[in-house]
Amino acid sequence: MKSALRSLLIILLLLAASALHAKEYREVSVADPYIEMRTGPGKGYPITYVAERGENVEIIRRKTDWFKVRTDRGREGWVNIVQMEQTLDAAGETTEFERVGRDEFLQRRWETGILTGDFSGADTVSIYGGYSISRNLSVEVWGSQLIGNFSNGWLGTVAVVHETWPEWRISPYFTLGTGIVQTSPKSTLVATPDRSDQFAMVGAGARVYVTRRFVLRGEYKSYVVITSRDDNEEVEEWKLGFGFFF
Amino acid sequence: METRVRILFLTLVAGMTLATSGCSSLPFFGKKQDTGTAEAPEQVIEPEVERRDIVKPKIDTEDFEIGGFAGIMSVEDFGASPVVGATLAYHFSEALFAEAAIGRTDTEETSFERLSGAAQLLTDDERQFTYYNASVGWNLFPGEAFFGRNRAFNQSFYLIGGLGSTRFGGDDLFTINFGAGYRLLFNDVFALRVDFRDHVFDSDLLGESETVHNLTGHIGFSFFF
Repeated sequence: MKSALRSLLIILLLLAASALHAKEYREVSVADPYIEMRTGPGKGYPITYVAERGENVEIIRRKTDWFKVRTDRGREGWVNIVQMEQTLDAAGETTEFERVGRDEFLQRRWETGILTGDFSGADTVSIYGGYSISRNLSVEVWGSQLIGNFSNGWLGTVAVVHETWPEWRISPYFTLGTGIVQTSPKSTLVATPDRSDQFAMVGAGARVYVTRRFVLRGEYKSYVVITSRDDNEEVEEWKLGFGFFF
Repeated sequence: METRVRILFLTLVAGMTLATSGCSSLPFFGKKQDTGTAEAPEQVIEPEVERRDIVKPKIDTEDFEIGGFAGIMSVEDFGASPVVGATLAYHFSEALFAEAAIGRTDTEETSFERLSGAAQLLTDDERQFTYYNASVGWNLFPGEAFFGRNRAFNQSFYLIGGLGSTRFGGDDLFTINFGAGYRLLFNDVFALRVDFRDHVFDSDLLGESETVHNLTGHIGFSFFF
């Protein structure tokens, strides 16, 4: 326990050290009558200074939609993106900042998230990572934990997802995949051997873009588990959760 | 500054080139007009100006937060013992963040085990309590905390809740967690966090199935990057 704590502390210190070295900052000049500078990155923090039109400010860092700036006189404070977008850059043009919105969502490459729901009576917690090949097609890898009354298990899936109408507000998708499910009976029950079976999966779901990098996601999947017994097992699963994209 | 001077200079040069070539084609100045043969004015200076792309310094974004914590976790029936863990959070806005956490504690014996002397309900492995979860947090009451006359730190209170899984007693348990915490920022990137949370799951470890509450209080440090 102690060694884990110590290594964590070292990592944190290293991260802190790497952030200390000097840098060149982007400079903009105030074009509005004034911009408000707050003590912290949020609407709740008090305004302690206003930079007037014509003043130059350096942008030191950004936290969500807030920018920490430093004036020529050395005053520092946090300014909201709405006011920062009214400033002028070195070429005299309105400054543009990266804003994550619907367009970025439609052009996303990577997506990850967590969903929870019901896997034929068992609770399930699933983590996924996806990569978009095109606007419609993506590949996803899923890892799910199954927590049932009588048995627990793990589920690993590789799937292809087709998002048919990506520009819709509630955008439906269809998915096809395969993987392995491993189940083991609960320790409080009589011991029966662990099982590991392959399965094929087909499903459908929908994504809803909420805000910034945030997506809500719900889906239904139907599994055919190829068992070593006479009959194959059919399992239904539904899940709800959220993800975010890069 | 240098770029501005250069732009000014180039504008001047371009303006002069235009002016001289433009003037020569005017009837008042030009004699070529009289000859009747309209030749294109000879260009004295070939403007070979390549458009310079100004490389803007990238702005550091600090929307991710990584941290570690240590504290006390009380596992129902199994005593209170030290807990350690790590967190990774992404801040969507000034108010909203998502956080993934893992934690671990070694639980103690139940009072029954201690009183009976020999009877052991769990093996050492099963006594280990590990959990992971994903939660959504909401920052409330942002403001400043004052330490003495000249020092102020940013702070905020937050509510947090989510779900995950716990491994305890040889069993995986679907767990929900909720609680509240406090974040004090020493500077823009380094913060102290105090967090109190309840981890709730249904367990049939002691015979019948019951809802089990496991209260946790921990202190940690986090780093924004």
